[in-house]
Amino acid sequence: MCLAIPGCIVELAADPLGQGKVRFGEVLRPVCLACVPEAQVGDYVIVHAGFAISVLDGAEAERTLALLDAARDAGAAGGEA
Amino acid sequence: MKYLAEFRDPERVRHSVAELARVTTQQWTVMEICGGQTHAIVRYGLDQLLPQGIELVHGPGCPVCVTPIEEIDQAIAVALLPGVTLCSFGDMLRVPGTDTDLLQARAQGADVRVVYSPLDAVELALAEPERDVVFFAVGFETTTPASAAAALRAKQLGIANFSLLSSHVRVPPAMSAILSSDECRVDGFLAAGHVCSVMGSAEYEPLCDRYQVPIVITGFEPLDILQGLLACVKQLEARAATGAAVHVENQYTRAVRESGNVHAQALVNEVFERAPRNWRGLGSIEQSGFELREGYAQLDARRRLQLEMPSLDPQGKAAASPCIAGRVLRGLEKPADCPCFARECTPETPLGAPMVSSEGACAAYFQHRGRSSQEAAR
Repeated sequence: MCLAIPGCIVELAADPLGQGKVRFGEVLRPVCLACVPEAQVGDYVIVHAGFAISVLDGAEAERTLALLDAARDAGAAGGEA
Repeated sequence: MKYLAEFRDPERVRHSVAELARVTTQQWTVMEICGGQTHAIVRYGLDQLLPQGIELVHGPGCPVCVTPIEEIDQAIAVALLPGVTLCSFGDMLRVPGTDTDLLQARAQGADVRVVYSPLDAVELALAEPERDVVFFAVGFETTTPASAAAALRAKQLGIANFSLLSSHVRVPPAMSAILSSDECRVDGFLAAGHVCSVMGSAEYEPLCDRYQVPIVITGFEPLDILQGLLACVKQLEARAATGAAVHVENQYTRAVRESGNVHAQALVNEVFERAPRNWRGLGSIEQSGFELREGYAQLDARRRLQLEMPSLDPQGKAAASPCIAGRVLRGLEKPADCPCFARECTPETPLGAPMVSSEGACAAYFQHRGRSSQEAAR
């Protein structure tokens, strides 16, 4: 049940416990967005059992990738030395 | 798909593995808690890339796998009641009870249906008011908010024919149970990223302090897992070298905030309270379950249908079986160590829940390694 695939919000819900729509690749699914009230159309969310539990933070994703690359570059430099 | 390919990049994976080998000076055993992580590890063969000193063991992070046989029996009994429709996630239907499973109950005439979300079960109750719709609610802190939302929705709409058979469980008490066991061989944890995206990290800090194990909140892609493992091993090496204190660390910052999801926590706290819970393989653990609060008693299937809370029977059928699911769920053995693995026990004919569930460790080994892992174990 622990789907890790982020989905993109394409439609918000009409009421607080209602269901919006989230796109996973080619698949469009109804998703309850009650716990991500800050989310907007175009945001990526982590969805679990039809329920969005987290909005993906793009800046943090980039920071993680940058850390990985910095570690790789440091390793490469160390190897050359 | 956004932020998937980047976290599966083979070049970054190679460098992360090299870095892990560089920092590892001794033997460490790290447990990943979530079944989603187990599947990623086995699917991508990450455990086979690791330096010799590092062993990954698989924890009790599959809700289907840890639901005790007594609660499966209870769900089957509910499904067989006249006028009742029992709904749950697809994996639950094939988990063996003492004598049968929900799928066989359906073949005997029980109205058992698969739903994708607890909210779908509420919709079903609304559409079929003549049926008593019971949602067999399993899952960790990730799924509990969805069940809470379903309860609130049913209350908001005044639906009288919907209730929850709650088997929800909390992860930190299970980690504590593993760490306090005499058999424990876990040096550090990769904590379940999505559980933490709901609950935040605060619950893990007392575990770190009490047992002096590093806990790294980790995502689900290959690079997430390697990066989480690297952070965990660095803490272990520093502790060994200088006596440095260990701490909770967050690798999965793109989805997990320190405070978690406060809206989801509020939903859970409104509807549920903590209670003791039985776990398959781990036994009874204090404060490890979620029961509906008094204010939601009319939505509690156990009270509504006057069901007894099932008691754990350690001498029962599961204990008599040669299946080692309980030891797999505690990280003491691997699926291929089981004499039944890929012989009597396959996804088509599962003996234990870890072979049934798509998130189970045994299913992961069978699906991605097949009979080769059984042969390697001989």
